This record gives sequence, structure tokens and C-alpha cells, in this order.
Amino acid sequence: MIPLSGDLGETKGVVKEKIGTFSTTRGTSALKRGFAHMLKNGVVMDVTTVEQAQIAEDAGAVAVMVLDKLPADVRKAGGVARTASVRIIQEIMDSVTIPVMAKCRIGHVYEAMVLQETNVDMIDESEVLTPADEAHHIWKWDFTTPFVNGARNLGEALRRIEEGAAMIRTKGEPGTGNVAEAVIHIKNVNNELRRIKSIYDAGDEQDLVSVARELKVSYSIVKETASMGRLPVVNFAAGGISTPADAAYLMTLGCDGIFVGSGVFKSEDAKERAQAIVLATTFWEDPDKVKEAQKMIDERQSMLGLDTKNLELRMQERGSTA
Amino acid sequence: MTGLNIGILAVQGDVLENVIATKMSLDELGMDGVVNEVKTPEQINDLDGLIIPGGESTVIGTLSLVNGSLKKIKEKIANGMPVFGICAGLILLSKKAKDRVVGEMDQPLLDFLDVKIERNAFGRQRDSFESEISMEKIGIPKFRGVFIRAPSIMEAGKDVEVLSKFNEKIIAIKQGNIIGTSFHPELTGDLSLHKYFVNLIKKKN
Repeated sequence: MIPLSGDLGETKGVVKEKIGTFSTTRGTSALKRGFAHMLKNGVVMDVTTVEQAQIAEDAGAVAVMVLDKLPADVRKAGGVARTASVRIIQEIMDSVTIPVMAKCRIGHVYEAMVLQETNVDMIDESEVLTPADEAHHIWKWDFTTPFVNGARNLGEALRRIEEGAAMIRTKGEPGTGNVAEAVIHIKNVNNELRRIKSIYDAGDEQDLVSVARELKVSYSIVKETASMGRLPVVNFAAGGISTPADAAYLMTLGCDGIFVGSGVFKSEDAKERAQAIVLATTFWEDPDKVKEAQKMIDERQSMLGLDTKNLELRMQERGSTA
Repeated sequence: MTGLNIGILAVQGDVLENVIATKMSLDELGMDGVVNEVKTPEQINDLDGLIIPGGESTVIGTLSLVNGSLKKIKEKIANGMPVFGICAGLILLSKKAKDRVVGEMDQPLLDFLDVKIERNAFGRQRDSFESEISMEKIGIPKFRGVFIRAPSIMEAGKDVEVLSKFNEKIIAIKQGNIIGTSFHPELTGDLSLHKYFVNLIKKKN
């Protein structure tokens, strides 16, 4: 059974209609969160063209994420980063059978509506693009299409879930080829989950209320999350993953799956690397298999990467206070 | 007899929910048995029954091919092991699958169910839906069907028993010891299908 803590039930995104002799409902939390469940233990790959999407599908990607530019190129180009061309998203949807996701700007309700009308399978309200509204994320309950959001800690994750996100991923520091920030973010979430679980186990309701105030979320979502000791939605790692060992490491930290951004298609051995990262994510519990996967890539072909300490632009901070 | 050994193929997808639903089914039926996540041919070899869960059929198929578990599953099913394919699992068990938009696919299949599958038959995620369905033939008159980018069965051979339809589309079938559904019972909290499958394994052993 799928956990439904934070579920608002009947919202604008929930559509009831009759199909033939059957009454049906679309856009429920079970369907949105359930979609994310089907991605578990898989790799979602950032792509910018049909060719890249096909390489990703052949490599065993569980879905593709369409962008105008890979995060590393967004960083290089500067300017305003917006949602990808609808035409390219549609071409990709017509050429692969796996789910197709696309990114919209934080708070940009109408980019998200355009993506919903385009019929993408999931919308990523992403800090990789230039935020349209730093103070308000999209109210995702208004949509039938599910959303994934980035988070650096438990507070951000639960706030996004309360806004209707059906899936969470770490923010990491996109486009750097450096996994360090993703590691910090997943550890933050895990530590805070352990903390609230222990408060719950001790039966200290007063302390749970103060946690809710501190995280700026409702008491009920804190209580239910604390009782489960995990996020009520699927939680993936993202931001800076470049090698099979990166992916396997994040799986050991309790992530449900992996997003790879620039790591694959900014490397010189994209095809082999895409396959190798999928293998390492599937067989992360077996170090010998991860070694075999790591052997499929050549470190001299990896993207160079960036130190995350002295970046001009820290994408992860976008929308984090809201 | 020491109890049933039931496996959930744990390559990719909705594994944990099926482990939980199957364990609860054993408990409620008062049966002895273990439920484990399985990935390798060795683990699959010891099973009395297997669930292939929802996920992406291309991914589960390709990766099971890589480590030899696809071959082992084939061998076990040929020897009569009961298997339950859910969504992606149903696709993998079939002889033929094509995508509604992309068309014929070159993806690894187990080649057992005499059916022709249409992948993503109801559309993309926005068209995913819930609806009350019925499987009278196996004593489940009411069931909450959760259809997520679901496949349907376009054609079924003469040995295939149709368990349920959604309008004209076939959504649940049985062929010998194999059952397959387009929808996801593990997401609903209703154990009746998992119990039915556990009983099927029990009968066989």
C-alpha cells in the first residue's frame, strides 16, 4: 500500500469521468506517487535530443528528462534558462517507449501547464532553470500530471510534498560532475528522518509540534513521516553523478534511484557510461558487479567537473527558503 | 514441507510493496513461508513462486538478460512454477508486445503467455486512472484497479482465460499457472489477488 501522508485528496488535479461503462478517476495521489514507484531502482537520464533519448533507452534508463541544455551547459551559458522546446519534447515522446519528463522553472505555473498539455509523464520543478518565483513554488495539487522536486533537507522535502510533489530528489549541485553536495543532501534528509523517528518512538508529541514549526510544515505530515521513518514519496539522488561508483554509492545511502544530468552526455563515452551507470544502480549491492560497470568507462573520458566550494552560481539555493 | 518460498523479482520497480502484500497474504491465510527479493539465477532456482512487479519492462527485461536470471525464470516457468506478472511483468511474460505510439519493439520477453500486448494502451501518465473492476471467475467481484501507463491485451490465444475486461480491453488473464494484470494490486492495500496467487502456489506444491 502506498503511503498517503500529506495527501489532500479531492483537488483540482483530480479528474472524474466516465469511460464506456466505467467510472474513472485520474490524478489521484496513488496514481502520481505510484508512477514514481515504477521508477524505483532505476536511472533517469537528462537528454537534449532524440538521439540521446534513444541511447538512454537502449542503455536501460527508466525514463528520460528533456532539457534545452544540459546543466553543465546552463552553467556555462549563463542568461535565463527556460523549459525545453515543446517540439523537441514531442519528438522524443514519439521515439521512445519509456516515460518522458521535462523541467519547468520554479514557480512558473504556466510553463508547467504547457508541459502538462504536452502530455509529459512527469514535471520537474527544477532549480537548474532560472526561478520565476523564488517565494512560491507551484501548487502542484492543481495538476493531473505528477511532479518531482529537489530538496536539500527534510524541511524542503516535506514542504514540496505538501504542495503536491509526488516524488523528491536531492538537489546536489547540478552540472558540476561533483557528487559531494548530493551526498550531503541525502545524509541531511536521513539524519533528520532518524531524529524525528526517535521523537515519535519516544511518544513526545510536544517535540513533534516544535519540529513541524521548525520545518514550516503541518504537524500531520511530520507525524506520519516520523512514524514511517522515511519520506512518504519515492526519493532519488541527483546532482553531480558522473560514474557507476557515484551511482552505487548514493544507492547505499538509501536512495530509491538515480538522476544523471550532465554526467552521461558531457562525457566522451556516453553510450558505455549510460549502460554502466544503469548496471551499477541495479546491482549496487554487489561490489564485483559495480567494478565491472566501472570498468566499462574510462576516467579520462569523464566530464572534468567543478569544485563546489567556489561556484559563482549555487543552483541548490534556488527556492530553498520557500 | 517447510513452507513456501516466494520471490519478488527485484531488478527494478515496485518491489517492496509486493514483498509486503505477499507477506501479509501468507499471514492472513495462516500459511508458512518466506518472501524474498530475488535478483540472481541462484536465488530464483529455489523458488516455489515468483512475482514480476511493475516497473519499466524494457529495463527489467534487459537487466535480467544480463545476469542470466531471465533464462532461469524461463526454465522455472516451463517446469510449472506459478508466476504473477503485474503491468511490466505481464508484458515480460507475453509472446508479443508493441507500443501504442512507437510500434513494434525489440525487447527481451519471456515468451509464455499466448497474448499480444499493447504497451501504454490507455495513454501516457496523465491518462493513468483508477476504476472499480471485477474478476468474478476467481471470486473477486470488486477490486480497485490502479492503472499506471498500463498495457492491455489486444489478442488472447485459446488457452488464455480472460479474468477481467475494462470496456473492450482485456486487463487480467490466466494461462495455466501464470496470472497477469495490467493494474497494480500492490498499491491498493487489497490483498485478494496476492492471496489468490499464494493459494495457486500452495496448490502446485
